[in-house]
Amino acid sequence: MIQQPGTSGLVLNEALLWDKSRDGRCAISLPKQDVDRATLDDSLTGDIPDLPQLSELDVVRHYTRLSQWNFGVDTGMYPLGSCTMKYNPKTNEVQAARKGFAEAHPLAGDEFSQGSLKLMYNLERYLAELTGFEAVTLQPAAGAHGELTGMLMMHAYFAKKGKQRSKIIIPDTAHGTNPASAALCGFEPINVKSGPDGILDPETIAAVMDEDTAGIMVTNPNTLGLFESNIKKIADIVHSKGGLVYGDGANMNAIMGIVKPGEIGIDVLHLNLHKTFSTPHGGGGPGSGPVAVGKRLEPFLPVPRVVKELDSYKFITDCPETIGKIHTFYGHFGIMVRAYAYILSMGAKGLLDTSRLAVLSANYIKESLKGTLNLPYDRPCMHECVFNDEIQQKNHITTVDMAKRLLDYGFHPPTIYFPLVVHGAFMVEPTESESKEDIDQFIDAVKAIAKEAKEDPEKLRKAPFLTKVTRLDEVTAARKPCLKG
Amino acid sequence: MKEMSDLNLPADVKYTKDHEWAKLSGDIVTIGINDYAQDQLGEVVFVELPEIGDTFSQGDEFGSVESVKAVSEIYIPISGEIVEINEGLEDAPELVNTDCYNDGWLIKVKPENTSEMDNLMDKPAYLDMLKG
Amino acid sequence: MRYLPHTKEDIETMLKVAGVSSIDDLFLSIPDDLKTKDGIDIPEGLSEWELDTHMEELASANIASKNYKYFIGAGSYDHYIPAIIPYLISRSEFMTAYTPYQPEVSQGTLQGIYEFQTMITQLLGMDVATASHYDCGTALAEAALIALKKNKKSNKIAVSALTHPSHRQIIQTYISPSGYEIVEIPYTKEGLTDINALKDMDDIAGIAIQSPNFFGNIEDLKTFKVVADEKKILFITSFTEALAYGLLKNPGSFGADLVAGEGQSLGISKSFGGPGLGLLAGTKKQMRNLPGRYIGKTKDANGKEGFVLTLATREQHIKREKASSNICSNNGLNAMVAAMYLATVGKIGIREIAQQNHDKAMYLKKTLEKAGFESVFDTPFFNEFILKAPAGFKQKRIGLIKNKYIFAGICLDPFYPELKGHYLFCATETVSKNDIDQLAKEVQ
Repeated sequence: MIQQPGTSGLVLNEALLWDKSRDGRCAISLPKQDVDRATLDDSLTGDIPDLPQLSELDVVRHYTRLSQWNFGVDTGMYPLGSCTMKYNPKTNEVQAARKGFAEAHPLAGDEFSQGSLKLMYNLERYLAELTGFEAVTLQPAAGAHGELTGMLMMHAYFAKKGKQRSKIIIPDTAHGTNPASAALCGFEPINVKSGPDGILDPETIAAVMDEDTAGIMVTNPNTLGLFESNIKKIADIVHSKGGLVYGDGANMNAIMGIVKPGEIGIDVLHLNLHKTFSTPHGGGGPGSGPVAVGKRLEPFLPVPRVVKELDSYKFITDCPETIGKIHTFYGHFGIMVRAYAYILSMGAKGLLDTSRLAVLSANYIKESLKGTLNLPYDRPCMHECVFNDEIQQKNHITTVDMAKRLLDYGFHPPTIYFPLVVHGAFMVEPTESESKEDIDQFIDAVKAIAKEAKEDPEKLRKAPFLTKVTRLDEVTAARKPCLKG
Repeated sequence: MKEMSDLNLPADVKYTKDHEWAKLSGDIVTIGINDYAQDQLGEVVFVELPEIGDTFSQGDEFGSVESVKAVSEIYIPISGEIVEINEGLEDAPELVNTDCYNDGWLIKVKPENTSEMDNLMDKPAYLDMLKG
Repeated sequence: MRYLPHTKEDIETMLKVAGVSSIDDLFLSIPDDLKTKDGIDIPEGLSEWELDTHMEELASANIASKNYKYFIGAGSYDHYIPAIIPYLISRSEFMTAYTPYQPEVSQGTLQGIYEFQTMITQLLGMDVATASHYDCGTALAEAALIALKKNKKSNKIAVSALTHPSHRQIIQTYISPSGYEIVEIPYTKEGLTDINALKDMDDIAGIAIQSPNFFGNIEDLKTFKVVADEKKILFITSFTEALAYGLLKNPGSFGADLVAGEGQSLGISKSFGGPGLGLLAGTKKQMRNLPGRYIGKTKDANGKEGFVLTLATREQHIKREKASSNICSNNGLNAMVAAMYLATVGKIGIREIAQQNHDKAMYLKKTLEKAGFESVFDTPFFNEFILKAPAGFKQKRIGLIKNKYIFAGICLDPFYPELKGHYLFCATETVSKNDIDQLAKEVQ
């Protein structure tokens, strides 16, 4: 058996900040006072916030220890389906930290921000080229924010046509943000089932598409890791009734240089820079969700837009049909720098290779683990594959038990219980970053766990054992929420 | 999950297709979710209830019951006005799991039309529905 | 390419296991007519060294690449960032971790954000705070939607005209598909929101006031709370400069129901406007209405204390179309930065730094007035204020940027055309007395 990464080790406890606090300590170097004290009126002055008081080493130890309780991509394999946990290149951090970028004030003026403007302009062009669209906005701050932007533009499009539509088609494999974003714009989600082969059937769409339906939201490849091969026909059906096709580009990592969503009938697409384009997940953000559109929806893009005039760049706001603003300034510029650096580092061939290898690795895992875990859709997958716990259920072991046991083996578990169409889903996306050796370790770990499920199921139910804490009482956390100390 | 034979389904209440129960006592109907519903949901962490004075028609959504990972809407078995809500559930939502027909009740309604109770299922009819 | 580890041998072996003879075969499920014919017109990949050169050139085309003195704010503030913060936040266990859905291996993020939530409630005097949002504008739009959805009678939200112009635009963008409207509360000649105009508004679902407002002035939030209570509607406050609450009475003390704020001042670099840090806090009553993630304290199966994402049933991945918001990610890493900053400055530091911001701004205002700028408002402010510039300042200001490495004020014309020739100035702890004296000399 291949040696597994998970092992025991000493990890240190660390108290909450306020428990370490001692009156009189301060970890910041206070600037020297060089102007007169200007006392604000008593009626306006508040009590000093009761923040903790720590020395500099207190703070450094605190966060160093906390970091050691975390698992990141740099620690080990993180095969979360639909999240694309690829390697976050360190040179990207160097680029984002450059003084000219990090200290740039958003209102310095176009003339004094040519570096930022040129970067944004170029990034827009590259993303447009990659996705086969005409125009891009970098303003949305996350994928869900991009979805909202897309929905807002569709809403504005129908408003301009003089007849607003009230519904939108959402496949059962959709990410929860899809119906939530649609509902925020007043579109009632019409849920449709995927076919027995895991992809959408044009007939299902034709049955519900009408002139009161704004269109459809599709993820392609979908969240089962399968390419929606009927997409062109589906787009035609939607377009024939005056509707639009929204593309959720979360799974773009499977098709870069292979398929351009703008060429297959999609009208508006969002991308996740923190997925496909290697920007770090940061424990939950910040992300960035640019939106790409064709000429039809271009007038509705948020403002300001970046334009090039001869050799210089500027922001324009004179876009009469814009949906307005969705971020205080221009979006998550710091994240754009990282994605831009990534695209420049990869180049066209690198991005194409990325998708090809991501798909190869996913299929390698699929073939290696089918039989160990149940594979509901036994067909070539794209960059991710979905198993479930049907086999293990016979021993009363569930997906979550296997996931928790994987932690002991030194892996972050795959995505579990999503997509909802697969009961007990176990969705694996290796990405192109993982070496064959690491993937083989993962495959081995899953096989060992499947064996344990038969021979020692109680072990799985009580897992994990080697982590700082074991399974937590989420019921009490929800019944008696304690959200602050 | 319980086996069907283990479910606690009292004979003296009426049932809905969405697994609520309703009991007429005098001129007030007490309503809750039944043993099948609480078992399917798992540990209840929060119950969202309407306000006293709110009115609903039979079949309207009147609140929701939450577990850690799921939310279940609840539909009113009978038209009427809310006259009492079970405030005890704020501190002890688990009562819905442990005693769904008594201390785990959800709302009390002054019915618009008590004959609507005839539209609901009795125990045998509800069991048939579950089995089918 | 160094990010792609697959060797020729690896690929051969994997193809064999996958049961195909080439990678192309894995794409057979894609119909030929859907595959792109043109390839991607993106330049050949750069080496790390070429990338450095290219990016250094780009960064240098931003004048921020030089050492500038910033006398501008308007939602993006120049503050000192202690060395330990970039050092600690670059730890890859924080940076390259995912959302803490598997809490057993995410206790670092979870405890860190729990501490963040706690310190934000302390700063703002509120009961609960979420694990953060994208920025103040979007957090404020979410708060507006809460007020609008709660109030069944009105579809209008009253927002101060002195709320950051971008924030008002964001609210407008967010609420219009639902048929909701903004009613703007005008401002008085004191540079404050006009409470009398507000009192006359009948058909409103909530009130949103920014304090310190866009002009830097401190609003009398007490009086707005009274109006909100009389009308039985939600009282929302917002702010763009988080450090203000190291000195000012916090929104919680005025009975705010919801507070939206920008946390960029808490250790986060300006970075051309993003990513920043959206803050959203509420009273206990609002806890289940707030969108976004929450971290809660609990115990594990062995009785050990731990932290976990909680109250997730509000969120989109469970409620889907019934969720009150579509938000998925937060600005997690920046929330950690803010927590680190608050832990670093602590009770002593936050008061002293906030006080110094105010001291410097007061001195700047006095000094510029002596240098020929005209005072506009006689209202208490925190670290930003408005002055009317003497003739010729517009040109001088450009010269200061190009030649003296000074950003002196932001022109109000584009935001408030009725205030032509007025400038919004800011002074933080980063400008010295010398810097201010130097500026005055230059503009005389």
